This record gives sequence, C-alpha cells and structure tokens, in this order.
Amino acid sequence: MTPDAVTTNAEAAVAEAFRQEWGKIVASLIRMTGDWDLAEECTQDAFAAALAKWGSDGVPDRPGAWLTTTARNRALDRLRRSKTEALKLQEVAVLSVPEEPAAWGDSGVPDDRLRLMFTCCHPALTLEARVALTLRTLAGLTTGEIARAFLVPEGTMAKRLTRAKHKIRDAGIPYRVPPAHLLPERTTGVLAVLYLLFNEGYSASAGGDLMRPDLTGEAIRLGRLLAGLMPDEPEATGLLALMLLQDARSAARLDAHGELVSLEDQDRSRWDPAKVAEGIRLLEAALRRQRAGPYQLQAAIAACHAEASQAGDTDWAQIALLYGELRRFVPSPVVDLNRAVAVAMAEGPEAGLALVDELAADGGLSGYYLLPATRADLLRRLNRGPEAVESYRAALKLAPTEPERRYLAKRLAEVSG
Amino acid sequence: MRYMLLMCGEEAAPQIAPHGDEAEPCWMPWAREMQARGVLLVEGSQLQPTSTATTVRNSGHEVLVADGPFAETKEQILGYDVIECADLDEAIYAASRHPVALAGGVVEVRPVLASV
Repeated sequence: MTPDAVTTNAEAAVAEAFRQEWGKIVASLIRMTGDWDLAEECTQDAFAAALAKWGSDGVPDRPGAWLTTTARNRALDRLRRSKTEALKLQEVAVLSVPEEPAAWGDSGVPDDRLRLMFTCCHPALTLEARVALTLRTLAGLTTGEIARAFLVPEGTMAKRLTRAKHKIRDAGIPYRVPPAHLLPERTTGVLAVLYLLFNEGYSASAGGDLMRPDLTGEAIRLGRLLAGLMPDEPEATGLLALMLLQDARSAARLDAHGELVSLEDQDRSRWDPAKVAEGIRLLEAALRRQRAGPYQLQAAIAACHAEASQAGDTDWAQIALLYGELRRFVPSPVVDLNRAVAVAMAEGPEAGLALVDELAADGGLSGYYLLPATRADLLRRLNRGPEAVESYRAALKLAPTEPERRYLAKRLAEVSG
Repeated sequence: MRYMLLMCGEEAAPQIAPHGDEAEPCWMPWAREMQARGVLLVEGSQLQPTSTATTVRNSGHEVLVADGPFAETKEQILGYDVIECADLDEAIYAASRHPVALAGGVVEVRPVLASV
C-alpha cells in the first residue's frame, strides 16, 4: 500500500472504532473515575493517539481494547499527577478494575453503557439535558454538533452539558442501572428520550428543514444498543421497530422540491424494504412476549401502513383498534386525533369529523396545527368547501415548519379554486 | 450523602400541614419506613406559619428587619427534614413518601454541601 492508502485505511479504522467504541470507553471510564469530564477528555485523547499511531504502526488487532487501555492509562496519568486525596482514591479504584469491561451476560453484570444511558436519562435532569448528555457521552457527538442539531448557540449547549454533569455529581445521581422497583419507570424515561431524539430528526420542531437524518440515525443506533442491552424488555425492541418502520418511509416523505408528501400519496416503492422487514421482524419478536406497551402498539400501527402495498389496501379498522388500545397507555388528545383519522378512513369522514369536533370542543389540542388540518381534510372530503377553507387557514397559522405550511397552502388553494 | 427536604405547600390548605393526633404524629410511619430502609433522619421539624416569619437584611449601614417570609408566594416552606442516604434516588423516594407529598404538597430535595 502507498503511504496515503495506509493513512486513509487508519482514518477509516479510527472512524469505525469511534462509532463502535466511544460510548463503551466513556461509560467504563466514568464508572472507574466517577469524573465525567475526565472520562470524555481521556477518551478523546485515546482517539487522537489512535489517529497518530495507527497510520504508522498499523491498525491493532483489537482496536477497542487498544483504545480502552490507552484511555485508561491516560486517566491514570492524570489522576497520579493530581495531588488531592480524593483523586488518589479514584486512582486506586481505576487500578482495581479488571482490564476487560464486563458485558451483560450470564454474570448478570450490566454493560457500562446501560448505566450511562440510565444516568443520562435520569428524571432529575431537564429533558433537554438528558437528550444532550446522551448524544455527547453515548453517541460521541461534539458539543458543536449537538448545538447545531437543536439550533442553539454552541455556548448555550456547552453550558447545558456542564450544568447537567455538575448536577449528576453534586446532587448524587447514582451511576447505575436502577434496581427492580425503579426499573419500569426509568426504562420508560430512557425510551422517551430516544424517541424524542428520533422525532426531532424525523419531523423537526423548528427551522426550514423537515428532517435531520443525522438525528434519526443516532436515535436508531442508540435504540439498537438499548434493545440489545435489554433483551427482556419488549418495549425497547418495540421502540426500535417503530423507529425503523417510520424511518423506512423517509425517502418518500418529501418530493423532489422538498415538499411534504402525505402518507396516502407517498410512492411506496421508495420505502426501504430492508428497514420495513427488520422492523416487522423485531415487532413480532417483541409481541411474542405478550407484554404490550405504547411503543409496540405504535410500531404495530406503523406496520399496518408498511404492509399495505398501496394506500387503498390499508387496514384502517385495525389501525383504529390499535389507537384505541394505545390510548389506554397514553391518554393523550393527539392519540385521539389519530384515532379519529383512522375511524374516518374505516367508516367514512362523517364519523371521523364527529370525533374531531369532540376533541376541538375539549380544548386539549388548541394550538396544535394538526387539529384544524385534520378537520379541514375531512370537510374537504365531505365537499364542505367554505368550512374546509376556514380550517386550512387556521392550520396554516399554527404549522411549525415551512414544508408543512406549503403543503397546507397547496390544499387551501385546491379547495378555494 | 446528606439532603435537606424542604416541604412546600399552601399554608391555607390544612390537609398539607402534617398535624397528627396525640397518639402518633402523622410523620411517624414515614420515619419508621425510612429507618427500615437505612435512611438516617438527622433532624427535622414542622415550622410555625409564615405569619410569624421575620426577614433580615444587612445593608452594611443598617440592619433591615421586615415582617413576613423571604418570598410572598402562595406556596411556602412548611417544614424541613435533613436526611442521610446513599444517593438522589433514595432521597427522591424519601420525599415521595413524606406525608406532605402524599397530601398534595411539593418537596424540594437539596443536597447539603459537604463540609471540607
């Protein structure tokens, strides 16, 4: 190989190791040292060293072990150079940890990444901080990348991360997988953070872009990790299935001009068949455990869409039923609105409109653009043009992103014309 | 770690004030449960109402004394407990089981700065 090829090869190996190992190394260093900043910095140093060394010395046989040892030695060096007693104690702790990080297995010892995930998603942290910490420590995104993804200045994001890390240390948030009596609610919290991350990428809450594939990709990667680390938790598998089934549609969600394409108008041949197949396979595996939950139900709804090769084949009666089940777990007016749409498709727009009007009277969805947008759509189908126009106008005022506004404007022009 | 639990709620709402009968004050079952979990109750008390509170400032030139609590809000500090337990999860549990929390009040959990 030429020197250039060697360098490229080493760079590719470092990049791949970064994706595979970053979270693992940070997680084990936090356990050893209890110091989040030290853990991040030493992991970063190890990757910098790899970039310098692997080009000249070749890529080691076990890149992960090389990086872990390098990062750990770096942490030891730094602890040794510091003089305080507390840090000396940490040094002893680092030395007493066995070389190979324990994996979740027969030993019942949890993977450090699972501890890290639960700690990042602790309810005593703000939701924004949970998402940011997860992306920084587990996924290895830089502060700048996270700031750009959430459209805040880098300084703001840096402060948010620092504050969260300080709270973990100063308030005594434990670094562990919660004990059995806390596990169900804390697992729900972790799943919620991952799904929020996915949704932030899938339908951005602000700005000109409708989708941010980097965020959906990270959410799926972390979801895969969580489902792997918690094989007995069907909701973790359900969430992964849900994200895959939704992400499978992403190529068909926007047309050539970046306009939003509604589910019924999407070119289903552009749905990613590998993601659909994997999502359905995972969902079936989760459902076999017979412990239904909100993510499995939402995945089942997504699967109903995925299995219809054209919009007309969709089993809307089944979807309405699934939304009915879902509202037992998630009593939310958004779920009721979706159920109304499914009922409209299964039984006709009249039946759906009755449910939508009930929701409107309830007031729980005021300010949510999909309520007037749905109402407008049903009125359009009932040929009640003037009322549809009024509802499209109301929806336009509330729609959060440009493509959504353009979609509504197009529909408005159709009914007005 | 050591935490202070600040019991907050509306003074007017009588159900929140942890009064008990003479045989057993209402916080006793809580104290027993905490002790059984290994949570150490360092100290704690219900406070007299904010109508008895006095606020003191020192401007450097003079001491300013005023009637009333630090903040004129609907919800006030009704009492406090200082506990010693393993971590924030234990402190959250202790707070969630406190009679004030069970009666609809709010408990603020504050770690106490460790003495150096």
